[in-house]
Amino acid sequence: MNHPSRAHLNPALLRGLTRARRTGPGLPALPGLSRRRTLQAGGAAAAALALSACGVGGQQRDPEADADYWADKEETGSLRWANWPLYMDPERTQLAQFKESTGTDVEYHEDVQEAASFFGQIQPKLANGDDIGYDLMTLPNGFEFSKLVELGYVVQLDHARLPNFAEHAGEVYKNSAYDPGNKYSVPYTSGITGIAYNADYVDREITSIADLWDTAFEGKVGMFADPQEIANFGLLLNGVDPADSTREDWEAAAEKLREQRESGVVRAYYDQDFIQPLTNGDLWLTMAWSGDIYQQNAEEGTNLKFVIPEEGATLWTDNLLIPFTSRAPVDAIKLMDFLYDPEIATGLTEYISYIPPVPNAQEVMAEWADAEDDGERAEALRELAESNLVFPEESDYQRLHNYVALETDQQDEFSSIFQAITQS
Amino acid sequence: MRNRTTTPYVLVLPAWIWLALFFVVPIGGMLSLSLTTGNVVTGFQQTFEVGNYVTAVSTYWEQILRSLFYGACATLLCIAVGYPMAYWIAFRAGPHKSTYLLLILLPFFVSFVLRTISWRFLLADNGVVLGSLKSVGLVPADLQLLNSAPAVVMGLAYNFLPFMVLPIYAVLERMDPRLVEAAHDLYAGRFQAFVRVILPVSLPGVFAGVLMTFIPTSADYVNASVLGGTHNTMIGNVIQTQYLVNNNYPIAASITFVLMGLLLAGIFSYARALGTERVMEVHT
Amino acid sequence: MSVRLGTEPPSAPPPPPARLGGTGRTRGPRRRIDWGRYYTWLVLAWLFTPIVFMVAFSFNDPAGKHNITWQGFTFKWYANAFAHPTLNEAMFNSVSIALLSMLIAGALGSLLGLALGRFSFRGKQLTNLVMFSAISAPEVVLGAALLSTFLMMNVTTGYWTTVVAHVMFCVSFVAITVRARVITLDPALEEAARDLGAGPFTTFRLVTLPMLFPAIMAGGLLAFALSIDDYIITTFVSGDVTTFPLWVWGATRVGIPPQVNVMGTLLFGVGLIMAVVNVVMANRRR
Repeated sequence: MNHPSRAHLNPALLRGLTRARRTGPGLPALPGLSRRRTLQAGGAAAAALALSACGVGGQQRDPEADADYWADKEETGSLRWANWPLYMDPERTQLAQFKESTGTDVEYHEDVQEAASFFGQIQPKLANGDDIGYDLMTLPNGFEFSKLVELGYVVQLDHARLPNFAEHAGEVYKNSAYDPGNKYSVPYTSGITGIAYNADYVDREITSIADLWDTAFEGKVGMFADPQEIANFGLLLNGVDPADSTREDWEAAAEKLREQRESGVVRAYYDQDFIQPLTNGDLWLTMAWSGDIYQQNAEEGTNLKFVIPEEGATLWTDNLLIPFTSRAPVDAIKLMDFLYDPEIATGLTEYISYIPPVPNAQEVMAEWADAEDDGERAEALRELAESNLVFPEESDYQRLHNYVALETDQQDEFSSIFQAITQS
Repeated sequence: MRNRTTTPYVLVLPAWIWLALFFVVPIGGMLSLSLTTGNVVTGFQQTFEVGNYVTAVSTYWEQILRSLFYGACATLLCIAVGYPMAYWIAFRAGPHKSTYLLLILLPFFVSFVLRTISWRFLLADNGVVLGSLKSVGLVPADLQLLNSAPAVVMGLAYNFLPFMVLPIYAVLERMDPRLVEAAHDLYAGRFQAFVRVILPVSLPGVFAGVLMTFIPTSADYVNASVLGGTHNTMIGNVIQTQYLVNNNYPIAASITFVLMGLLLAGIFSYARALGTERVMEVHT
Repeated sequence: MSVRLGTEPPSAPPPPPARLGGTGRTRGPRRRIDWGRYYTWLVLAWLFTPIVFMVAFSFNDPAGKHNITWQGFTFKWYANAFAHPTLNEAMFNSVSIALLSMLIAGALGSLLGLALGRFSFRGKQLTNLVMFSAISAPEVVLGAALLSTFLMMNVTTGYWTTVVAHVMFCVSFVAITVRARVITLDPALEEAARDLGAGPFTTFRLVTLPMLFPAIMAGGLLAFALSIDDYIITTFVSGDVTTFPLWVWGATRVGIPPQVNVMGTLLFGVGLIMAVVNVVMANRRR
């Protein structure tokens, strides 16, 4: 999704072929000539061809434009938020609390179903400077995140407006490799990519990434299809910190992963649907996200184990970002900060059961459990508060790594190396 | 007739306009994009880079061939399963024909996500199907069906069966049963009557069915991603990934046109083999 | 046969029902086992198998968000089937878009199929080429290309752009289905009607249309099924409108709530009721 389109059937181009290129520094000024050439090619699609033939010059925005972004922004009393489905309870408790505390209405859309396709939907509009229909959005750290930043499509945050974040956000979340200093984003929720195994089938303790290569588990190992996720495990197995990896490291990791595939140990490469096969025995052990395993055990009494392997694991975060076309950036940043109130973060975590970026939520949750009259809910809260899948210990954090942050041209190289493994 | 020459144009005009605006123009843009170089951040420049096509074919020839093979297998399976069914509904279902058609399509009203999730249940190693077969020792205990090529082909055939049954039905239904009876009289055998009379008349329906199964199954990606394992990637998955994940539009567009070209070449030569005048044209 | 569909051309009176092939003259009047019926039901059983599981799990009582292992029987999801407002909205969008696509694509595709099957005209091969291209283009490319076009036209994506896109990819399927039938029709029937004094529209309404009806209906149903099931193209062109497949796909990330199964079951139930009504009406007419 992504719009090539934007790229090429760009409305700006139609309107005089100037706007899209205006901001791109150092981009070749092409159009006239190649356009004429294409028109000569004729054919039914001439019009479209002509448009795209102009080439699409820079869609990058000038970051300087943001220098005093916040100076003239005012509250509007409402905002539109694009979040993932089931990332807040159906009653939207936290939004009601926000309304109560600030009077601001939130129009909540569960419109982010996949980071890549969401990026594809919004990118053409952003490139055109159009409203995308959202003032705030939730996206994972990943290639789409880097592209948005690189393109200058997201607003630099005014940390003077984020006192709760400054006070309550965990240290890990303030020093990420993908967004140092939280210039553009604050985490919404977070999780660990580690190894999960089904103790009904695996009769030994799994402790390391190398176990995923063990041919004793032939056809019963699951790996993630996402290039970054799978690369991280190859890199960690080779003793390389993903965040500092180089091209040579990637190729060495890919070689390891190729051996793993050819040995027949891998059953399939999964996008996000590994829980069911892990539960029913199609998979015995797999790369996995912490929150999913926690939920599955808590809710269905399954005997799934989640481990942070001795080689290390990675920490991912879903982040709140403000697009530069936002119509209510002040309201959006207010909501960002509101979500860092420990009470609010606790409420969110109770529903999502991933790791909140607010470590204090653990204490609050324990207090809630003590004060709760409903035995069942108290028990659920206590379990959450005591789980190190939801509240990792300091020693767990020591073994967690960030993803490698790459510029767009490196991303292509990186992806093609690892997609050659997963798309065999 | 007065308007003999204009009639066909009046008939096709609305569809032409629709397809021109919403298919030809967009796909023309794509064609142009397939010849560009660049990336999503710097933009894509029209350089008439034919090398994109070379890259597409040299890198992904294996997935392309596999897709055509899976598509062909699924299409044959659809004919084998769907033809007798269409035949029976057309000739023997009496007043309940439309009910049967509805029944065939009913599973497709619920989302493919729900259907495929169910299939993963059914085909699981210890699931309803394999689990019971294994417990009575009919199949080896370590047999895996899910995440294999047969599972992908089965999924493709499952999802596109109605596209084979309906056109065959639509043609057979029209057939004059007296023609069949006459054939019985003349050939005195059901098989002969079928081969010499019914089958030739139903070929346009089979051809339509093949178009509507072979083409989309070869370009499909859902089944391979849900039911496939390693070494089952279809070209649709590659296009999807190049597009969505990598934002490598020129390569994705190049692969697309290679695939479309192969499919169209296949379809037109198949039409020729069947006799163009029968399936593609009609003499009035 | 064919009472229900009213498909016989005026010149071909309905043959004696249910005789065909069943009592071949050389075999005598002995009643034979109707293997075709068992076969058809066997295939239908295959088609329905996954649905059975979907229905079963709409009664499941999972403790959490992953409705994937059987935990006990409950009606509670039916009691609050509409607990997710966005899901209800998505369902409504899906059904109404599918109906509109069926109608529009049915009309455009039928005319196109009729022209392709019946007439020779300039641009016919090109039309074939475009139609086959339209069904062979991978959805992701179509979706992306369409979105660009809408942007170029300065159209805001949403409900109607989704309808437009669905019609685009359904038209070819309808046209191919209808054309296959047109080819097997005898043009002499229409000429006879005209000779008897019927104008072109009367001929079309009274002769051509009834003969084409089964194919038009088949094509329309295909269009409905294609539209209600589409995910990829819809993601591109639907703007802030969410359809059922979009919602469900998004939910797979965190666990599909049982209400999704309930919705699927209800939708399926509506289809089944239509089928039953169909049977009753057919029986009565007979």
